[in-house]
Amino acid sequence: MTETLSSIDAWLSQFVHEYLLFTVYSGLKALLILMPLFIVVAYYTLAERKVIGYMQIRKGPNRVGPKGLFQPFADMFKLMFKEIIIPTNSNKYLFIIAPVITFAPAMAAWAVIPFNDTLVFSNINAGLLYILAMTSIGVYGVIIAGWASNSKYALLGAMRSAAQIVAYEIAMGFALVGVLMVGGSLNLGEIVNRQAGGIGHWFFIPLLPLFFVYLISGVAETNRAPFDVAEGESEIVAGFHVEYSGMTFAVFFLAEYANMILIAMLCSLLFFGGWLSPVPDLLGDSIGWLFGKTAVFMLLFLWFRATFPRYRYDQIMRLGWKVLLPVTIFWLAVEGVAVYFKIGPWFV
Amino acid sequence: MPEIKNYTLNFGPQHPAAHGVLRLVLEMDGEVIVRADPHIGLLHRGTEKLAETKPYNQTIGYMDRLDYVSMMCNEHGYVLAIEKLLGVEIPERAQYIRVMFDEITRILNHLMWIGTHALDVGAMTMFLYAFREREDLLDIYEAVSGARMHANYYRPGGVARDLPDRMPQYLESRWRSKKEADRLNENRQGSLLDFAEDFSRRFPGYVDEYETLLTDNRIWKQRTVGIGVVSAERAFQLGFTGPMLRGSGVEWDLRKKQPYEVYDRIDFDIPVGTNGDCYDRYLVRIEEMRQSNRIIRQCIDWLRANPGLVLIDNHKVAPPRREELKADMEGLIHHFKLFTEGYTLPEGEVYTAIEHPKGEFGVYLISDGANKPYRLKVRAPGFAHLSSMNEMAQGHMLADVVAIIGTQDIVFGEIDR
Repeated sequence: MTETLSSIDAWLSQFVHEYLLFTVYSGLKALLILMPLFIVVAYYTLAERKVIGYMQIRKGPNRVGPKGLFQPFADMFKLMFKEIIIPTNSNKYLFIIAPVITFAPAMAAWAVIPFNDTLVFSNINAGLLYILAMTSIGVYGVIIAGWASNSKYALLGAMRSAAQIVAYEIAMGFALVGVLMVGGSLNLGEIVNRQAGGIGHWFFIPLLPLFFVYLISGVAETNRAPFDVAEGESEIVAGFHVEYSGMTFAVFFLAEYANMILIAMLCSLLFFGGWLSPVPDLLGDSIGWLFGKTAVFMLLFLWFRATFPRYRYDQIMRLGWKVLLPVTIFWLAVEGVAVYFKIGPWFV
Repeated sequence: MPEIKNYTLNFGPQHPAAHGVLRLVLEMDGEVIVRADPHIGLLHRGTEKLAETKPYNQTIGYMDRLDYVSMMCNEHGYVLAIEKLLGVEIPERAQYIRVMFDEITRILNHLMWIGTHALDVGAMTMFLYAFREREDLLDIYEAVSGARMHANYYRPGGVARDLPDRMPQYLESRWRSKKEADRLNENRQGSLLDFAEDFSRRFPGYVDEYETLLTDNRIWKQRTVGIGVVSAERAFQLGFTGPMLRGSGVEWDLRKKQPYEVYDRIDFDIPVGTNGDCYDRYLVRIEEMRQSNRIIRQCIDWLRANPGLVLIDNHKVAPPRREELKADMEGLIHHFKLFTEGYTLPEGEVYTAIEHPKGEFGVYLISDGANKPYRLKVRAPGFAHLSSMNEMAQGHMLADVVAIIGTQDIVFGEIDR
């Protein structure tokens, strides 16, 4: 009797210990990815204000700390201590849950992003599919937020967002199918490694139209200018988050910026060789390349915002359905033919 | 299946694109506007009634505050009415100064319009570009009148004072380094005319910058071409004036058709649109800025060559100079009478109109022979334009309403008065 008990105990302790260890270990790894991400998000907001500021012949924030470097923290503290106002006639549970639904997938998507050959949280084979799934879930938060707020402006924002995401997800998905066909794998690390051999082997050359489609869809997916109709500052005030304040708003904000960085990083991973060096003979591969390429795309997001007027939302759908989708389908056909007949150096 | 009903959306008065205090009650079918009902009166300050209670000259300041982005043009309409009833002829130099400042004001107004219009459509950089130029023009305002916006510079009989020989300088301070101050002062070394000339030389380049950002921009064109179309005939019926009318293809400009001051001696063109949509009105206003710049150039050249009086020396209407006041009994009496009871206008009524940046700005004045008007009625161009909101917005989407508000160049100061 005692024998069996102690053996179960031993078995159990070993079991708990092992799983606990795994949980703690994974948690630490997640923190290692998310903490730097938060800091980058914080400074990305500052960079946005500074970059757009200089594009608009003004200086941007320069009062908090040296050259305004502490501005993100000032913003953060402000938002943390602001009251979360819940509108009387809103659906309270959904109202609170909505930002979380937007935020969680934006973070979760980072799980499969490889930073170099070995540095990846979870090296799953369906990485690309997982990314597509995660980035699509985010929009539910927007729709729920718009509905739960019980405000007409918010509802309009949610409606626009829903219509827009349908138009863009498809073009985006097809663009990724192109990458898949050339890369021959859904695993992101694998896709990057297929691009080895210098700048001439990166996927943006054979997939140039798909790259542009992906970039445009990415901007639309993150609700950034010129596709920021769901927010629509001058039309529907702030769109889906018009009723949000304090941390609930900050969470939406964080998710938006994390998504922008994600899209920028995906662009560099899928089309620009990720951490691979453009000239492998002269310079070695390094994680620095990935960050550098990502930074360029992040800058593009800001540049777009400073330059373009906003699309009307039916025009966005027209662009999605009538321009981007045909382009991707055409290019997929071209690619298919090239792959079948083994034309070109990159189609194996 | 339940019946799908339209819903109403309250647009403003506190809305980023409401241009002040516009309140629109929109009846909407999804995103499509079924009916747009503009509400006015939130900025009513009773300017016309206030004018009945004070001597003529004290109302000039209220005129600045009507359309608060084209201040001197409002003053111009008002002082012209008084001059017409008085039957005085003002010095030529004053006429040129007025024309120059009318055109500076037109540029100021159009810069404000392009900034806010583009901002509403989503191109926010435009706004700050426009404000960079407005800064220089407001400096000109400040140099000549002491106020950056509400100048109170025109007087019945001319203008308050001659153009200064020296532009005010920026000083070094805690917030502005010596280098920065010097950079700002660089083209402010000469007289006001030198500075204005320098500006007019730089300005066409700035307009080119705006055009590179917008004119051929596909998104901008998608957002403005075919939006808010008004036919020429309908524009007449709705009482459109100014760029709104010219955008529909009607060549009507009071500066050409009923020249006041010295516009008949100045060489400029009237741009006219063809389709009457937001894009045409945009092009018309852009070209108007270039033409205004041309007019300013001509005025500067004339003003340089011809010094002289800027205010008539009829001291029943215009105050005597300081030295006359000190040396001459009659001057003192005139001064005292003018600044206590003002002057009287002969009995009668008069309507004068000028080509205001937004359209025809008219002043209808009835005098019963007293030192203040019996009744003053201001014809604000924006009022007629706003009245067409329903017609222009119907069938368009919510985002287009914002573009239409922008293209109408609405300022509530003049609509609510």
